[in-house]
Amino acid sequence: MPKIKYIEHNGKEHEVEVPAGWSVMEGAVKNLIPGIDADCGGACACATCHVFVEQPWLDKMPPKEDMEVTMLDFAPEVEANSRLSCQIKVTPELDGLVVRMPKSQH
Amino acid sequence: MSERIVIIGAGQSGAQAVATLRAEGFSGSITMIGDEPFLPYQRPPLSKAYLMGTLERERLFLKPEAFYRDAHCELILGVGVSRLDRAAKTVHLADGRTFGYDKVLLATGSRVRKIRSPGADLPGVHYLRGIADVDALREVFLPEKKLAIVGGGYIGLEVAAVAAKRGMDVTVFETMNRLMARAVSVPVSDFYEKVHRDAGVKLLLNTGVEAFEGNGKVEAIRAGGKSYAADVALVGIGIVPNDEIAKEAGLACEDGIVVDESSNATGDPAVFAAGDCTRHIGREGTALRLECVQNAIDQAKHAAMWMVGKPNTYREVPWFWSDQYDLKLQIAGLARPSDRIVLRGDPAARKFAVFHLREGAVAAVEAVNAAPEYLVGRKLIADGASIAPERLADTSIPMKSIA
Repeated sequence: MPKIKYIEHNGKEHEVEVPAGWSVMEGAVKNLIPGIDADCGGACACATCHVFVEQPWLDKMPPKEDMEVTMLDFAPEVEANSRLSCQIKVTPELDGLVVRMPKSQH
Repeated sequence: MSERIVIIGAGQSGAQAVATLRAEGFSGSITMIGDEPFLPYQRPPLSKAYLMGTLERERLFLKPEAFYRDAHCELILGVGVSRLDRAAKTVHLADGRTFGYDKVLLATGSRVRKIRSPGADLPGVHYLRGIADVDALREVFLPEKKLAIVGGGYIGLEVAAVAAKRGMDVTVFETMNRLMARAVSVPVSDFYEKVHRDAGVKLLLNTGVEAFEGNGKVEAIRAGGKSYAADVALVGIGIVPNDEIAKEAGLACEDGIVVDESSNATGDPAVFAAGDCTRHIGREGTALRLECVQNAIDQAKHAAMWMVGKPNTYREVPWFWSDQYDLKLQIAGLARPSDRIVLRGDPAARKFAVFHLREGAVAAVEAVNAAPEYLVGRKLIADGASIAPERLADTSIPMKSIA
């Protein structure tokens, strides 16, 4: 099962296994990792599951769909490596992925 | 003895209340009671990805079981509550157990409105509210089968979209003259009417269902004096609040448990309520019942804050969404028929928004595949901002700089 490392804004790290096919958001929520709210449950409707994706993983990300691009445009503290974690599907190729959480989702 | 909080109802609101109570430092005991045999789960995907079969049941759960264990929340699932005794401060379960409380949260949610037409209890007539409903529906959700959908609202149309994709022969019966009439404005109804017709869904507007016909199972729908063959029927004609426990306990209920708009307390300061089951005075000053995830989450947060002695005011703008085909409909605020409507973008491009202005201020926005309009709109509504209609309609001005 792919391993993902989630790093909270305060630096606390959580490394967990997430089944392929799930989203990176679900991996955090189901493992009780704080920092991702995901109010809408993964419908790309709330922009409260924002994460920063580290290299080399950023280059391996699936491309953003229009909805994610525009939702992100309105999230706080967006950087070039920002993604909505509900839109990143976990695949075996993403084994070892590292994502960092922003200070706040609102 | 430490303080005891009992939560009646294990859905979106109940789960949120557990999270907020612990996050706010509540150290007493929490017991959550739910009548379904499942951990609190998300309902929105039921009529979408879960029905389609692209989302497994495990992924519906809002939090894993470990969350409740870590939060020292006693979970009692698969058992209904039969009575709330406010004088004795006890909650009585259907299986005879009794729990004492210092504060109680009614997060009982809602249930489907049943149709009363003859034959409505025939096998093959389905409703959609819980996991068990969809599990049953999925078994008969097969290509080429004739699906009759009663009600052209969110549920009916989301199911129609999945069924059309599945290759079913779909007919929607709607008593009103347009789709989603209770939830969206005319331009949005008209747009979705075209989308569904283009997908091959038959829409019969102004058509009430008179009866379900069949021998031993549903075989046809009688509507508008005609008979339409059907292998399966799905009824989606709204929900009704589960307010009986409150009513029987002598709390004020008017199609929903009446709560104070700030505290979400009922007339009894030890009894709070949150989510679909409540009626509150909205931010615009009128009494209303909201049926949505946003209200379930936010009212639960507010009730939990008040329970731990941190008063605050519920002023959040309501928001809703619906996924049909490749279209995401996002709505913020509550429109009124008297609002001035402003169209931004072109529905033919499958990307547009309808703004609702009330005395010049943005009161609501409906956005189709238009996240900026939705997100900025939501903020404009919260701020009570006035924007000139010509400006809102001008797509050459990006939403980010519209205010």
